[in-house]
Formats: sequence, structure tokens, C-alpha cells
Amino acid sequence: MDVTVIATESLSKRYPRVTALDRLSVDVGPGVTGLVGANGAGKSTLIKILLGLSPATEGRAEVLGLDVATKGADIRERVGYMPEHDCLPPDVSATEFVVHMARMSGLPPTAARERTADTLRHVGLYEERYRPIGGYSTGMKQRVKLAQALVHDPQLVFLDEPTNGLDPVGRDEMLGLIRRIHTDFGISVLVTSHLLGELERTCDHVVVVDGGKLLRSSSTTDFTQTTTTLAIEVTDTDEHPDGTRAVREALDARGVTVQDGSGLPGAGHVLLLTAAGEETYDLVRDVIADLGLGLVRMEQRRHHISEVFQDSDAERKEAVGHGS
Amino acid sequence: MAAEQPTATVPGDQTRIHNIGYRSYDGPRLGRAYARRSLYSQSLRGAYGLGRSAKSKVLPMLLFVVMCLPAAIMVAVAVATKANDLPLDYTRYAIVLQAVISLYVASQAPQSVSRDLRFKTVPLYFSRPIETADYVRAKYASLASALFILTAAPLVVLYVGALLAKLDFADQTKGFAQGLVSVALLSLLFAGLGLVVASVTPRRGFGIAAVIAVLTITYGAVSTLQAIADVQGSSGSVAWIGLFSPITLIDGVQSAFLGATSAFPGGVGPSNGEGAVYVLVTLGLIAGAYGLLMRRYQKVGL
Repeated sequence: MDVTVIATESLSKRYPRVTALDRLSVDVGPGVTGLVGANGAGKSTLIKILLGLSPATEGRAEVLGLDVATKGADIRERVGYMPEHDCLPPDVSATEFVVHMARMSGLPPTAARERTADTLRHVGLYEERYRPIGGYSTGMKQRVKLAQALVHDPQLVFLDEPTNGLDPVGRDEMLGLIRRIHTDFGISVLVTSHLLGELERTCDHVVVVDGGKLLRSSSTTDFTQTTTTLAIEVTDTDEHPDGTRAVREALDARGVTVQDGSGLPGAGHVLLLTAAGEETYDLVRDVIADLGLGLVRMEQRRHHISEVFQDSDAERKEAVGHGS
Repeated sequence: MAAEQPTATVPGDQTRIHNIGYRSYDGPRLGRAYARRSLYSQSLRGAYGLGRSAKSKVLPMLLFVVMCLPAAIMVAVAVATKANDLPLDYTRYAIVLQAVISLYVASQAPQSVSRDLRFKTVPLYFSRPIETADYVRAKYASLASALFILTAAPLVVLYVGALLAKLDFADQTKGFAQGLVSVALLSLLFAGLGLVVASVTPRRGFGIAAVIAVLTITYGAVSTLQAIADVQGSSGSVAWIGLFSPITLIDGVQSAFLGATSAFPGGVGPSNGEGAVYVLVTLGLIAGAYGLLMRRYQKVGL
């Protein structure tokens, strides 16, 4: 990734009582980037600064190679923004609203209408787009918010908590849509969330901020593919009333360390083991076949980002503990 | 527009045939000035309910008709009776129908700005190329234009009618021009006051009530005080009291400089010296309203 979409250099934002950003230096390349942090970690402040709407107290930042302090208007022409909160008037239709917003981005009237029709279709709004927004479900409103951020075909979009308030299905659909914004539309995405787990399927890169400071910035593959963990689940038979235990003992006997998957769905029936390579899969298959058990599932389980952070949190606490 | 992506025409892949994929946009981007103009025209149309629901067209259109109807009647009477002059001066027309104008400002100022604040649409504007000043100017100009249309249309009716009735051309043209200057000033003043009040009352209902209060309660108070002052014989203070309500302010300006007869008790408007104060206060209020709106929207930001 030699092109930098967003670059900040010891960027700080201090309010009279709070330090929202504290010497944040981070480079973001093209693709989908997750900005993770607890509420109040400085995510929204960072977006405001990157849109050139709020001056930084110190440090500098560039978006698409443009300085936020001096080229705010140029940046805003090429960037889309989807706010976290509700921002839609209930008494107009999605089409009218998005056309208006397209014109606010500088699109001529005809282009604004064409792009609106295209964009609303891409975010998955069809016949309902002619009805007033007031009657939409949360999921549909989120799609309209996304559409107004994409309608002027920006090079980069900032999505502030786009999955807020959505049910699991809506959440998945929104995450899929975000993925497509990059893969199909070729638009880079900076998406914020306070949920780490959401971002691992969607993002190429994750930036974690905490208390306005950079905690970590790396690609999701770095986060999750350090080891491959296998999860297996087997049936019980008359011969082996506790199939799980039987497999575990058999694998232990062959020198494979097995953990029970506590904390996972089906805990007690799921075994976790570290796959050293192809032969581990064969070994598991043979062991289960020998025992005469049925294999319910055997799947690669990527580490969740949250676990990585739990680990680093634990390390930090340990370090603090040692220090005192 | 980029070329459409080739569509899949594989037999059996019927569902994909209409999916033309994502098309990027590389046409012109017209920037700030265009966005400001678009916001202006959208807001101006919105002030008459155009581009909005049928329900929101009712009130502004009704008020427009109510505003023009007396003018049409007067013209009809003037033509039928072959009168020498119109029953009402151009400059007096807006003063007489001030209740209609106030109602219009009260209903449309909140719809212009309170909606954006209440539904938090403002951040969407400011995440685009336009800036605070563009937004404020577009909104101010659009409401002032809408008011000008409302107040100038009956004057046009009167003027055309006067010419049809073959009244003195020079006389009528002068009166018409004075009337237009007066309603232009009135539009700017009322739009400014209405928007300032509406921009601090995100709830539309409160906005309407607050604008009506500012425009009519001040008028009620001022005209009562003026009447008392007149009865008590202190006619000198009548003119100064008139500075404290928008409509008497316009009345004062036009009776001092635009040849209007004043609606003040006693029928005596401010003198030229006092009139200059009226003009200064009016312009000051317009500038002040603009300044307050700018401050308000700098805070709203994102």
C-alpha cells in the first residue's frame, strides 16, 4: 500500500477540559479501514478534523493528499460522510432527499437524479424510495444515510457507527454493503465502531484508539491469522457416551494439546486444537473414525480481534501489576 | 460517466442481466456557488410548499391568495367606479395586511431552518463543500425572496389595475416604486427576525409561536403605548416608541422617506431626522440578524 488515503501526524485536539485526541499519528491506505474505540475515544473528533470542520490543536493531517487545515472544501467535495445520529427529515422521500444532497455536493441536476437512482438501488432501496422517509425502518434509514454519503461518487467515505441500532440480519447486510463499497465501487472506507468483532470480517485494516491515543494499527490478517485453530464437534455413541471426552483422550494420547471451547456456542461439546499443518486434519479424521464417532463439524476458527485485545489487555494489566 | 460494465449474457444467468454494476461519476462538480444556489432555490420553492407534500402547500398558497385578493378587489372597484386614485396607497398595503405577512413568516421561517436543526440534517450540509456563510446566506435570501414575492405580488396587481383604470402613469409608477422599496426592506427585516427566532427553536411549533409573538406582541405593545402617548399629548414620543416593533419601524421609514402616510396615531410619522434613526435601526436589525444566524450556525457545525 504505497498510496496513503489518510495521514495524521501527532494530531491533537484539546478542549478546555478534555483531550479528545492525543498526538495521534496514523497512516491509512486504500481499502476498508476500521476505526475502533470505546465511546468517547476520539473517533468522531477525528472524523470532524479530517473533514476540515474542526481545527486541530496541534499536528497535521492529510486526506487524499490534501491538508485538512487549508483544503477543507476540496476534501469535502471528494469525501462522503455518514453521521452516527439520525439526520433525515421524515416528510420527504428518499429520492428527493438524496437528489438534494447530491446537488449540495455540486452535481448538476440531471447527474444528481441519475446518481440518486443508481445509488439507492446499490444500497438496496427500490420502490420504497418514493415514500416519505418517516415511514422507513431503521435499516432502511441507514441505507438512505449511506446513499447520501455515496451519491457524489466520493473517493473516500467516513461511516460513523453505521451498524448502530440494527438487528443482527441488518448488521450483516450493512457490513456486506460496506465491503462492497470498496470491492465493487472502488471507494475507500473509514468505518468506526465500538464493536471489534464486527470489523474483522469487513475491514482490511484496523486502527484502535483509546482515550485519543493510538493503541494499535495493523491489517486484520495480522490480527487474526497468527495461528490456525481448529474447532471440532463430534457425536456420542453407545460405545462412547461422552464422545467429546473420548476424542480428547485419544488426541492427548497422540500428543496433540486439546482445549475445550469454553465460551463458544456449544461449549462442552467443542474441542479446540492448534493445527500444525495438513497432517493435523488427517489425524483428527483418523482418530474420530477409529472411535466410530460422527464428526459434526470441523472448522478453521480465526482468532477474533477482540481476543487479541483481551490478550494485550491482560498483558498490560500484568505489566501494570509488575510495576506496582 | 464511465462506460457501463459489460453485462453478463451467459445463458441461464437471467437474474444478472439488468445489473449494470457500479458506475463511477466523472462529470463536472460545480462547487460551492452552485450548491449555494441550489439550496437557495430549494428553500425558496419550499417556502411555497413546492417540492414538498400537498399538505405543506396549503398554508403558503392560501396566504398568498389572501394577500392578493384585496388588491384585486380594489382594482375591480377602481376600474368599475372610474375612481381618480386607488383606495389604498402602495406603501400602506403591507402595513394593513401585516397580520397575513406575520402569519406567513411564522409558518415558513421554522420550516426553512428548524427542520434542518431538529432532524439534524445540518451536519450533512457542512460535510459538503458549502460553509456556514453559504448556508446562512442561502436560507436568508430564500426567505426574504419568498416574502418579497408575497408582498410585491399584490402591488403588481394594484399597479397593473391602476394602469388599466387609466390613472396617472407617473404618479402610479412613483408610488409603485416606493412600495417596492418598502416591501423589499420589510422582507429583509421580517425574514431576518423570523429566521433568528426559528434557528433557536428547533421544535417547529414553538418556532411558529415565538415568531408570531415577536412580530405581533411587539406591535400590540408599541401601538398601545403610542396611542396612550398620543392621548396624553406627548406626540414627540410617539415616533420614538415606533422604533420597537418591526412593522412600525417599516412604517416610520416609509413615512419619512417614501412618501407614505403613517399609520401612527395622529397620522404623523417621524420627521426626517427621526426617520434617519429608523433607517439605521432597520439596517442594524437586518445586519444583526445575519450576524446572529452566522454565530448560531458556527456553533451547530457538525
